[in-house]
Amino acid sequence: MSSDLRYSEEHEWVSVDGDIATVGISDFAQQQLGDVVFIELPDIGRTVERGGEIAVVESVKAASEIYAPLSGEIVEVNDALADEPAKVNESPEVDGWLFKMRLNDAAEVGKLMDAAAYKTFTDDQG
Amino acid sequence: MAEDAGSREVLARTPLFDLHVELGARMVPFAGYVMPVQYQGILDEHRHTRSAAGLFDVSHMGQVRLDGPGAAAAIEILVPADIAGLGAGRQRYALFTNAEGGILDDLMVTNAGDHLFVVVNAGCKVQDIAHMRAHLGGLCDIAELADRALLALQGPAAGPVMARLAPATADMVFMTARQVEILGADCFVTRSGYTGEDGFEISVPGTKAEELARRLLAEDEVAPIGLGARDSLRLEAGLCLYGHDIDTGTTPVEARLVWAIGKARRGDGERALGYPGAEIVEQQIAAGPARRRVGLLPEGRAPVREGAELQDGEGRAVGHVTSGGFGPTMEAPVAMGYVEAGLAAIGTKLNAVVRGKPLPVTVAKMPFVKQRYYRG
Repeated sequence: MSSDLRYSEEHEWVSVDGDIATVGISDFAQQQLGDVVFIELPDIGRTVERGGEIAVVESVKAASEIYAPLSGEIVEVNDALADEPAKVNESPEVDGWLFKMRLNDAAEVGKLMDAAAYKTFTDDQG
Repeated sequence: MAEDAGSREVLARTPLFDLHVELGARMVPFAGYVMPVQYQGILDEHRHTRSAAGLFDVSHMGQVRLDGPGAAAAIEILVPADIAGLGAGRQRYALFTNAEGGILDDLMVTNAGDHLFVVVNAGCKVQDIAHMRAHLGGLCDIAELADRALLALQGPAAGPVMARLAPATADMVFMTARQVEILGADCFVTRSGYTGEDGFEISVPGTKAEELARRLLAEDEVAPIGLGARDSLRLEAGLCLYGHDIDTGTTPVEARLVWAIGKARRGDGERALGYPGAEIVEQQIAAGPARRRVGLLPEGRAPVREGAELQDGEGRAVGHVTSGGFGPTMEAPVAMGYVEAGLAAIGTKLNAVVRGKPLPVTVAKMPFVKQRYYRG
């Protein structure tokens, strides 16, 4: 868990650089999911409200919806995951990022948890 | 994204519960038991089973003993399999049917010489045993072997591993059974399983189960395998999962399990019919069923899962998926489901609706992965 990442209650992480946020799923989430075998990523240019369904991560056992942790427009997706979905397991918070979005409202970031708060949150779920 | 923590019902534990926890398994509720869904990860466990040997705890399944000279004739009242003609030491796949020809459960029946040994699904065992007591009670003695565990050792190394511990198992062939002593324990071994691989199922006294499991796991080739990989292995092998691919609403004909109806039990056989729904099943064999179970290979990498609607090229609903996921040996998604009989031919192109979008799938031959049973 990186200290400069922010986390949603749905187990996405966000790394913000200016008005661009990179989004992935947390290490806790990938452990819960198990081996990831397919990821459906959004189309570039799509806009989404915070909490809206934006991607799907499929493990051997099940499909899990990914919810947009912030509102904005998709500007880039991690194409490498098409051939190597296992990157989400091996490197969930670096190489396994899912997409980048241009934020509508940077203030929304304040609604996300910092690493310490997220750790407490997942410990309670553990 | 977090998994359901499960209901508040009290979950039963198998004799291997402590071992699963010690091995780092993720434990989940399944059919009233708390069971290991995975240890190292489903992909690794699946591949290990196909390349070496996997040890599965299937002690949640029901083990039942039918005693008495009339036991074989009695169970034929409930299943279309030929059990009276089953030789000593031989095992057969069977189905409990209902009056409509639907399937109440699938099961394995073994002629153990002086009794029948029956294994039924965990989720159906209470009703199955009640069903047998209700219909066979006066014809044979029915005893649930609740004090016995059941281990499955599956994979190409299962034979060599078992031969080290129990040399008498070496010359057993697929779907045969033998009473064997292993580590001083009185075991009943069948050469069978649910992965498409060679392998064994070992019925062992519950008190000796952990010792046997540890001894098997001490062999280099053997790793513990959870229910997750058990499901992906059986799906690649084209084997039905009760409650998904077969249930009270599917007949053996629709499910393409006519091979599980004994020749002697067919309309012109020496012990014709006489099981629940027999007339309906015979009519369906003669006329052809309206729908059939088929294998499905989705295009691309997206898994097509249970419940997905199947459509023809015009978008008309023609069936649905009953099992689906990612096949680790296939390195591709695999599925099975039911389609209208006219669309069941191998190579037929259909669409599966996944998250509202049509995804091309092709009707394909099963098993997806070649079965490697040991036939001597």
